Amino acid sequence: MKLPPFEYACPTSVAEAVALLAGHDGDAKPLAGGQSLVPMLAFRVASPSLLVDLRKLEELRQIKITQDGVVLGAMVRWRDILEDVRLAKAHPLLVAAVEHVAHYQIRNRGTVGGSMAHADPAAEMPGIAVTCDAQIGVVGKAGSRVIAAGDFFQGPLMTALGADEIITEIRLPAWPGKRRFGFQEFARRRGDFAMAAAAVFYDDDSGTARNAHVGVIGVGDRPMRLPSVEAILNGQKINEAVIAKAEAAASAAVDPRDDIHASGAYRKALVGVMVERALKAAAT
Amino acid sequence: MKNTFIGASIERREDLRFLRGRGTYVDDLQVPGLLYAVILRSSVAHGRLRSIDTSGALKIEGVHAVITAKDMTSKDYPSGVPIVPMRLQPLPEFQPYEQPVIAHQKVRYVGEPIAVVLASSVAVGEDALEQIAVEIDELPAVATWQVASENRSVLFEATGTNRSLTFEARKGNADAAFKEAPYTRRERMRTGRHYGLTMEPRGVMAEWDATNNKLTVSGAAKVPFFNRRILAKQIGLPESAIEMIENDVGGGYGARGEFYPEDFLIPFAAMHVNRPVKWIEDRRENLMAMNHARETEAELEIACQRDGTILALRGEVHTDMGAYMRTNGAVGARNAPQFVTGPYRCPHHKVDSHLWMTNKTPVGTYRGPGRFEGSFYMERLLDMVAADLGIDRVELRRRNLIGKAEHPYKLATAQPTNAHDQTDSGDYEATLDRCLKEFDYADVSKLGGKLIDGRYHGIGVSCFIEGGAAGPKESARLEVNDDGTIMVYMGTASVGQGVETIYAQIAADALEVPIDRIRHVYHGSTGIVSDGYGAYHSRSVVMGGSAVLDATQKFMALLRQAAGKRLGCDESKITLDVDKVIGDGVSLPLKEFVGLTAEGAFLNHKHTYSYGTHAAHITVDARLGQIEIVDYVVVQDVGRAINPLTVRGQVIGSLVQGLGGAVLEDLKYDAQGQFLTGSLADYLLPTASDFPNLRCFVTEDHPSPINPLGAKGAGEGGIVAAGGCMANAVANALQSFGVQPRDLPLSPSAIWQLVQDARKQ
Amino acid sequence: MATKFEVNGKPVEVEVEPRLTLADCLRHHLRLTGTHVGCEHGVCGACTVLVDGRAVRSCLMLAVQADGAKVVTVEGLSHDEGLTPLQTSFRKHHALQCGFCTPGMITTAHALLSEEPDCDADRVREVLSGNLCRCTGYISIVEAVLDARAAYKKAVP
Repeated sequence: MKLPPFEYACPTSVAEAVALLAGHDGDAKPLAGGQSLVPMLAFRVASPSLLVDLRKLEELRQIKITQDGVVLGAMVRWRDILEDVRLAKAHPLLVAAVEHVAHYQIRNRGTVGGSMAHADPAAEMPGIAVTCDAQIGVVGKAGSRVIAAGDFFQGPLMTALGADEIITEIRLPAWPGKRRFGFQEFARRRGDFAMAAAAVFYDDDSGTARNAHVGVIGVGDRPMRLPSVEAILNGQKINEAVIAKAEAAASAAVDPRDDIHASGAYRKALVGVMVERALKAAAT
Repeated sequence: MKNTFIGASIERREDLRFLRGRGTYVDDLQVPGLLYAVILRSSVAHGRLRSIDTSGALKIEGVHAVITAKDMTSKDYPSGVPIVPMRLQPLPEFQPYEQPVIAHQKVRYVGEPIAVVLASSVAVGEDALEQIAVEIDELPAVATWQVASENRSVLFEATGTNRSLTFEARKGNADAAFKEAPYTRRERMRTGRHYGLTMEPRGVMAEWDATNNKLTVSGAAKVPFFNRRILAKQIGLPESAIEMIENDVGGGYGARGEFYPEDFLIPFAAMHVNRPVKWIEDRRENLMAMNHARETEAELEIACQRDGTILALRGEVHTDMGAYMRTNGAVGARNAPQFVTGPYRCPHHKVDSHLWMTNKTPVGTYRGPGRFEGSFYMERLLDMVAADLGIDRVELRRRNLIGKAEHPYKLATAQPTNAHDQTDSGDYEATLDRCLKEFDYADVSKLGGKLIDGRYHGIGVSCFIEGGAAGPKESARLEVNDDGTIMVYMGTASVGQGVETIYAQIAADALEVPIDRIRHVYHGSTGIVSDGYGAYHSRSVVMGGSAVLDATQKFMALLRQAAGKRLGCDESKITLDVDKVIGDGVSLPLKEFVGLTAEGAFLNHKHTYSYGTHAAHITVDARLGQIEIVDYVVVQDVGRAINPLTVRGQVIGSLVQGLGGAVLEDLKYDAQGQFLTGSLADYLLPTASDFPNLRCFVTEDHPSPINPLGAKGAGEGGIVAAGGCMANAVANALQSFGVQPRDLPLSPSAIWQLVQDARKQ
Repeated sequence: MATKFEVNGKPVEVEVEPRLTLADCLRHHLRLTGTHVGCEHGVCGACTVLVDGRAVRSCLMLAVQADGAKVVTVEGLSHDEGLTPLQTSFRKHHALQCGFCTPGMITTAHALLSEEPDCDADRVREVLSGNLCRCTGYISIVEAVLDARAAYKKAVP
């Protein structure tokens, strides 16, 4: 499983990186942590002619926390997130999700930008991005633009990124103190891709839920929010009856396929349980 | 013979190099002029091979040659292409189903070798694979035993059937017993395909010395002497011209070390281009090219008295053999019907096993071959019988366990190989009792079926026997070094089980010298003893260890003879004292006898039967189908533990493999024979976080009467009973739903489906 | 491409194709065969090495990406004679059989214990869940790592 041949460049600026990608007629790929891309090369399901290593782009390694929210530089690694004590308050849902990402060694190398660009339908970071209305900062030969997370993921391993574009940052809106949240994932083994996972949050307005966000992964070709479930939660006191309705609505809203690990029927039921348990965790 | 070292938990010698990264596995070997082999494998499950165009590959810089069937012109084989013969149960009926070393005329499974590229690096070789154009006319794929049994698409036109053989396991008169039986129960059950994946994939390095007509093959394991015999015939060299070298081996479990096509292809390539050639299997290959195992479907009926006494077992097992009969492919298929009754008394037995050829990776042995499957079937039946008859599950087992006084107890006989087998010794009830005690069964069993904090508690108990010590022979040799230490040379092989330490313990005790006087134990390579056999069927301690004992006796006899002459005294007065040979007041350093060597052997035609009990306490989240093990206890009697530390390692290690087969591991194909589990993200192995609460207790209450050590082969007991135990625990946990697992593996999706189906009824 | 980095405290310079992984570079160019390759797709952990103090899967890193980095392999975590406390603990607990996963286990455990000498059994299992072993069943490995904590606690000032 040796990698196919490719050229390699290690630019020292974002502009240089973009120029390299743009100059290769769609056949160049950015290399971040390599934890998703290199296995694809090993299986020869991808064979780019040029890899553009982003490791020297120091400006992409920052985690900035302001009153507007959390900005994760694209080259921020999972480990950086878990070690940044500010995030426990600034974005506890992000931290809860990242704790489920892969394994120790992978968390030392894998990046948020890489995970987003790879767009595995069962990956946690895309799920958080969609659930939290993240804005994805992107730079290409035409300049910079911002893509809403809901528009970013277009299918399994497919995103709105152009061949000449790299993600520079992921912006998560500010996380108010009184927000309730839950993250539930079920995987075959610790660190495996989710069979299904749910991220939920809502703001507590004197016992009534507002601004409910429910996002799921592993049950479709991309992460998605479930507006039908959110509608059940908004304006309600989140009690057992409401949670039961939410669970049923979550299962009804998805139509996952059978695969080697599970039947579609199983995942359909599973996502309901994940939403239910995430809501129960949020309520406590 | 003292017992200073035997029975002691001596730390292993081999660890000193493994812990520091100084092991030598076959991919660590390098020689000048080495070419790397990369194998083009069929991506079609069944078809006629029309043409192979290698010209594109040969244009790539660094590609030295591409070998196909056209290059094989052996006069000993009708097509010129050598065949891999069966090593075990080599019945004439199997011959048409043996595998050619490379595909020609037809391809029969995804992964079958079609061409071998020789290149300056593996990467270049893989680049070249993409440039080889293969034309295959696809044929309808046979992806299940049911489709095979229709014989509409046939893998081997010469025989016209996909059923290579049927084994019949018989004892007494089962049909008559069923007629009279007051109670019977019939069930259909399945075990899923999985295999003895080794962390080190396979590898072969071959060096051909044309001047001296010598072929050296590294990467040998398990049965190097057998394999040399096969290779010699295939390649047209005398055995004496071939040396098979066993280096460090990254696991075997029955799967590594059998003769595979690559074991011919790489030496052939080396001779063909007159350059050394190395092939290292990558993981994608390993998943589709190392022997698969365990895929069976059984329909079995049990007949009992009203008090639960087993009267008879009858039924059929269908084994999915994959595309070819591999060297030991028949073993599991024969063991399953023959040993399905395990440690239980069963006077009448009539179970057939049909071997079906399918367009999938061929099947070989995996630890406890056929016994894991059989135990699953038997243990499920026993729990169902207990429930039907209103008898406690443990009591039912106790009633039916072969008794201490009944040994040797004759097991069913398998035909057409006329395979007889019998137990050797043991108190199966004692290990059951010990297990129940350590497990605190009296209290814990009360939790069975209870829902606590959202999880259902379940308990399973299963009993097993493990057949070991296959004969007919093993060899060992001792030799004095120039510094007066002693070398031990073994015909057995190392697959990681600690033989370098264990044989040193035995030799040191037999010679009554400190263990550091045994400088090193060499194993596996064909140059070191005259007639070796290998590591399989849990035989290394019994066969190898007993051979060491014989070798030490012969060594001492020879030493006494030589020393008597040199010291001028009677042979009977000679003793060995650490590093001195003493006789009648005079002595010489042992190093004076440098080169003195004696070979010993142990001949044996009976099996040892290690035995014991598993007990599992699990909780199940019925909504996720997720199992957690709260506590799992194995008690195993091994007759005699040479090294308790390593025995424990075997029990726990094999147990976790068994749990993997029960819950996680599943090799999958689609209806076109396309292989779906092509990576370690698809084929799920147990990890450190999956099964944390395992305990084992090793007892030595009943030494084996069939070897001088009293030991019993003990490498497979942990795996044999795991499937049945877990499935019974799941049934016990979900009894309020009426869930009855009949299939392994018990994935979350499968358990969930069982709950849904039970709810509908 | 010329690539310069440090391995086990010594500077090295290699001329490699960009597609060569760090694992293959260590094993074949630098002849440090202690690091093993078990899957080449980032699952089994046998190839784990330390890069700038962090445990990484060397099969997922290109050798050229190691330019300027400090790499430590199992050989660099060993003495010429005798065993380190971690290795001694592995041997004592029979935490290895065939030895193939062992370098990855040692390297990962060393990284964990260096960072978290107070880790508990659950944390050890969580971290080691990224290292596959087929022989031992893991119980003895977890025991060995826990038993080695004492040696790492002493090292922390």
